Amino acid sequence: MKRILPLLTGLALLLSGCGRADLSVLNPQGPVAQKQYDLIKISISIMALVVVVVFAICIYVLIRYRRRPGDKTIPKQVEGNHTLEIIWTVVPLLLLLILGVPTIQTVFGLAKDYSHDKNAIHVKVTSRLYWWEFEYTDYGITTAQQLVVPSNKKIAFELASGDVKHSFWIPSIGGKLDTNPGLTNRMYLEFPKEGIYRGKCAELCGPSHALMDFKAQSVSPASFDRWVAAMKAPAVMPADAHIAETFRSKCLSCHAIGDQGTNGAPNLTGVGGRETVGSILYNDVSPGAAEDNFRKWITDPQKVKPGTTMPSAADNQLTPDEINGLAKYLAGYKLNY
Amino acid sequence: MSTQAAQTAHDAHTHTHTVKRYRGLLDWLTTVDHKKIGILYMIAGLFFFVVGGLEAILIRIQLLKPMNDFVSADTYNELLTMHGTTMIFFAAMPLLFALMNAVIPLQIGARDVAFPFLNSLGFWTFFAGGVLMNIGWFNGTVPDSGWTAYAPLSGPTFNGTHGMDYYVIGLQIAGIGTLLGGINFMATIINMRAPGMSFMRMPIFTWSIFITSVLIVFAFPVLTVGLVALMFDRLFQANFFEPGTGGNTVLWEHIFWIFGHPEVYILIMPAFGVISEVVSTFSRKRLFGYSSMVFALVLIAFLSFMVWAHHMFATGLGPVANALFSIGTMLIAVPTGVKIFNWLFTLWGGSIRFTTAMLFAVGFIPTFVMGGVTGVMLASAPADYQYHDTYFVVAHFHYVIVGGMVLGIFAGLHYWWPKMFGRMLNEGLGKLTFWTFFLGFHLTFFVQHFLGLLGMPRRVWTYLPNQGLDTMNVISSIGAFLMGFGMIVFVVNIIITWIRPRNAAADAWEDGRSMEWSIPSPPPEYNFKQTPLVRSYDAWWKEKMDGKTEMTPAEPVGPIHMPSPSILPLLMSVGLFIAGFGFMYDHLVLSIGGLAITFACMLLRSVFDDRGFHIDPEEEVHA
Repeated sequence: MKRILPLLTGLALLLSGCGRADLSVLNPQGPVAQKQYDLIKISISIMALVVVVVFAICIYVLIRYRRRPGDKTIPKQVEGNHTLEIIWTVVPLLLLLILGVPTIQTVFGLAKDYSHDKNAIHVKVTSRLYWWEFEYTDYGITTAQQLVVPSNKKIAFELASGDVKHSFWIPSIGGKLDTNPGLTNRMYLEFPKEGIYRGKCAELCGPSHALMDFKAQSVSPASFDRWVAAMKAPAVMPADAHIAETFRSKCLSCHAIGDQGTNGAPNLTGVGGRETVGSILYNDVSPGAAEDNFRKWITDPQKVKPGTTMPSAADNQLTPDEINGLAKYLAGYKLNY
Repeated sequence: MSTQAAQTAHDAHTHTHTVKRYRGLLDWLTTVDHKKIGILYMIAGLFFFVVGGLEAILIRIQLLKPMNDFVSADTYNELLTMHGTTMIFFAAMPLLFALMNAVIPLQIGARDVAFPFLNSLGFWTFFAGGVLMNIGWFNGTVPDSGWTAYAPLSGPTFNGTHGMDYYVIGLQIAGIGTLLGGINFMATIINMRAPGMSFMRMPIFTWSIFITSVLIVFAFPVLTVGLVALMFDRLFQANFFEPGTGGNTVLWEHIFWIFGHPEVYILIMPAFGVISEVVSTFSRKRLFGYSSMVFALVLIAFLSFMVWAHHMFATGLGPVANALFSIGTMLIAVPTGVKIFNWLFTLWGGSIRFTTAMLFAVGFIPTFVMGGVTGVMLASAPADYQYHDTYFVVAHFHYVIVGGMVLGIFAGLHYWWPKMFGRMLNEGLGKLTFWTFFLGFHLTFFVQHFLGLLGMPRRVWTYLPNQGLDTMNVISSIGAFLMGFGMIVFVVNIIITWIRPRNAAADAWEDGRSMEWSIPSPPPEYNFKQTPLVRSYDAWWKEKMDGKTEMTPAEPVGPIHMPSPSILPLLMSVGLFIAGFGFMYDHLVLSIGGLAITFACMLLRSVFDDRGFHIDPEEEVHA
């Protein structure tokens, strides 16, 4: 118990802003996460008070009333004390009131529905084993794995699942909400600071649950408009005719780019400009990493994400040259925005 | 069946030793004696505790460093599912039943439980369920959808192998045992109390088990219904939880947590009871605020049925439900706080002796408070959108379950060990167990609060480097190894104690307050030679303070009616075990054959009356 006090001090230090700004709950980057963080701070302060009081009494009695060797005396048998019992019933009730009121305010505050608000951006999120699809219903465009949003608007999310339950969570922007198969959930978030934030799946969904990350990129309004335009532009196919044909026959049977292909698998429009491949292989670790990542992913997706439905290069009967060509094309396929 | 004094007198002349008593292994397989069943529960519970503990160690090795590949993603999900399910249903529950069986009849001055046959059946069905579920490890089909088994991940569409069948059938069979136990102890505590023991004179451990039993009786049928529905989905293509064909996955969440929330109180209530007994005994002081303790237990039990949706804040139930369940959950803190302060003020002014049992009890108080305050933090729904399904939650429930219940169980085991076995556990090794387990526990789980807040979801097989999670995961794993070491010391302690002579005194800790300390350690088969008369709360303490050396008897010495041993409970469980496999693997012959064994045993039990047998007064003296 004695080591709890330094721990509490450490706790206070940790709470004063800690963890990656793009990932930590304790380092909120938007108003939704901020409101939740405020509640966390209120509750942790009340609770720290409770813990300190209990620990103090506990340590005091354990030292003060320890039995001395050979002590045979029988202490006074006390039945109880009404005053004390009323105090430790009423005081906790008051403390809970302090926490309960802002809790209810925030519950209703965060439940505001912006799904019919014309000023909000509407995004339909569909979670699948093990990737995320983002459909911009106002613009008729679809992307995957990397959500792009303008920094000046509220984003109204419609959450659905294509298979099992997942949970949509961007810790530094706002708390999570489940994607329930067969049902639709709604929530809103705001991303006032430009940057890329890490999103996670927070509900056990199978072997690659741990690897089911996504990114949320907040950009300036002008940049967002450019991105929408680029997404709507005709698809850029591989320059090499053979690679283009391979891409069309092997990849576009599930994937889509621009106006071509189908959306059964992640949309690949501008995929080379995303921060990661498969949401888990980071492209910024070294120059040329993106191409390596694509090669790795296309060659054996099961090795990167166990349980994914993407077939391996062997299953797709891709030659090493074709793999290299596809990786080079995908890594170079970037949108200007 | 009944062991009441009146019936004993009535049957005094009809006693014949028609039923033989077995020896050796057969004695343990056929016993209906609550003390022996308690020991069986303890052995099985400790066995599964070791299994679940090893699974935890493997989990912590995997998470020792980022992107580790010690186990595969599939195996990891199997480990986390089996760790949770094993620890809750096959380690915690039987260890609680071990203490209930070992202590409750003694505390209330009874000669056995109300239904000794059912008691044995309860143990064997639990054991059959536990073994069935773990057999999955040997043929490579292990449950892997988490102990919560959320649909549709646990359903036939996304879980085509037999893994989750083991979960569904195993828990269903084990659940029968738990439900029987709950009914049995409810009936025992209501009906079998010695003369003079009114409800408000019952020891607080008896009270906590009474409330636990009520919770079991109301909560476990819900699990049964949920498992039947999931079983129909899996085995007979029903559509309860299959969204593709009109089922609803949120329905499973509701069913599971309407059971699941009371279940966690089923786990913690007995610990409350144990801690109250241990703190009071080793402070040499009456429990402070006994009646408010009882009231707090009742209130916590009542509230436990109306807060289940706090496990589902992130499911999307809407602001009204989330607000109501937030407030409801926060209210539980009030009666829980009452209990904490009552314990502290029991210690206040006492004469505190730090035995191993007492160390576990005083370790429990601050640890459980820490688990309790994170519970209140989780109750605030908007904040929970952040905590939910992260390591913060993992930390919270390990603080209340391990820091609460497991410390309580170890306090209870060390405290009642002499009563169960007639031998005192070694205090030095016991204290080493406590310190390593206690320090290891805080090392493992305290940092997990922060892992969660820094963005680590729970149930993740691995994590990327450079996310600020690496160091704390190492600390957490080191703590887990330390806990494992503590458990090894405990096992060594058991073995060393085993080879010592049986020399524990009746009142082994000298400051015993309730009636189990008024009879020899271990007690004779019939517990009390004469049913005692209870003259006050803390009945044995009262007699001691009045200068007596034994309880005041409520009846003359006479022949004692005892229930006959029976092999039928074991056979019935074997039948269910076989039928379970039949259902899983579509072998109609096995299913019908297994059920036939069970029903045949039930028929035998119904047709042939068990009149039991009598122990004569002369035999009692020599016993």
